[in-house]
Amino acid sequence: MDIAIIKYNAGNVQSVKNAMDRIGVDAIVTDDIKIIESADKVIFPGVGEAATAMSYLKERGLDDTLRNLKQPVLGICLGLQLMCKRSDEGDTDCMGIFDIDVKLFPPKDKVPHMGWNTITNLKGDLFKGIKEETYVYFVHSFYAEASEFAVSETDFILPYSSSLQKDNFYATQFHLEKSGVIGEQVLKNFIDIK
Amino acid sequence: MLTKRIIPCLDIKNGRTVKGINFMELRDAGDPVELGRIYAEQGADELTFLDITATIEGRSTFVELVKRISKEVNIPFTVGGGVSSIADVGALLNSGADKITINSAAVKTPELITELAKEFGSQCIVVAIDTKLYGDKWMVHTHGGRIPTERETITWAKEIESLGGGEILLTSMNNDGTKAGFATDITKGVSEAINIPVIASGGAGTVEHFLDVFTNAKADAALAASIFHFKEIEIQKLKQYLQDNKVPMRM
Repeated sequence: MDIAIIKYNAGNVQSVKNAMDRIGVDAIVTDDIKIIESADKVIFPGVGEAATAMSYLKERGLDDTLRNLKQPVLGICLGLQLMCKRSDEGDTDCMGIFDIDVKLFPPKDKVPHMGWNTITNLKGDLFKGIKEETYVYFVHSFYAEASEFAVSETDFILPYSSSLQKDNFYATQFHLEKSGVIGEQVLKNFIDIK
Repeated sequence: MLTKRIIPCLDIKNGRTVKGINFMELRDAGDPVELGRIYAEQGADELTFLDITATIEGRSTFVELVKRISKEVNIPFTVGGGVSSIADVGALLNSGADKITINSAAVKTPELITELAKEFGSQCIVVAIDTKLYGDKWMVHTHGGRIPTERETITWAKEIESLGGGEILLTSMNNDGTKAGFATDITKGVSEAINIPVIASGGAGTVEHFLDVFTNAKADAALAASIFHFKEIEIQKLKQYLQDNKVPMRM
């Protein structure tokens, strides 16, 4: 199976590659559109700032490539946010795969939402075998609003969509590559999606 | 609910783990990658690796070590020690570190915090403060605690937040290495004065000390070294104790 991890100006590309190595799955880190299009599965990581990342992806046509993929695609953290319609961060137009907005947390607690928090209302293939109220690792200041696409929810200041799914597109706000054995299990689940 | 975090800290010299007692004598406590992996398995929430090697050779050894840690460890980790430029930070983050910590360089050039936050995002910029009590004033120190400054700790913490720092690692030099408990007063003072997370460090000796720093001092995370390295406190037992005492913990 060919797994492509999209290479762009995001901070955690190597960490995601390392996590794939730990679960014994070979993955290639690439920004080559042909390799991405022909991969069996595509992972779209992300740590950084939305506007900067979107303009980098647009310059290279990677946004259109991603939007049109038919194989399973997994966004992580900023990857999830860029797959939404619009982000408060830098007032950025994103890819619109999920027709929802990404908003800044209201300043009612310490932001960024940094550390281990629970995921609930788990749905779908991504969370097969994962228990409700499991802890995963988050670092973010912006969140995807609660929506019909949510396959996990998390409560921090307010309840929001901590994972999304629509058709072949999957995404988690939390860092699968940093969430211990649970994160590795969700990555395995993604790899096992038929 | 967002949990409080337990963070073992590994001081690294020439690729090995050591721990200063009151920042002075050093003892060897093993291989950092192996220790880090074990702590992750035992339930540590994050890890911190501080390079205390001052040489250029030591620096490149440390970058190689960061790459090895990133391959082996499946939880977030922070690295620091002598970080003084955008290039330093880029090298460490690109090697797989999740966050970096800066200390003396931030005191010398506070604008560096803003530059780093713009370049890499606030979430990965941890600013470390080494503080020591003089009379009734907690004063900021640099260079591993050797050089006192004119900065008062809470004022500096507020400035760090406004400059774009993402988190504060607060070490009380009075408490560090004593195993007599965290510096509750200054930790509480800093935590209440700012709206970014505070990691308390220095003085952990018993499970009760951790309970105290989370409940009374309102720390978001607690960092300790030797008590974990020499197995005086086991992470799982510590977290169980804290959870039993209503501190939110990832179990």
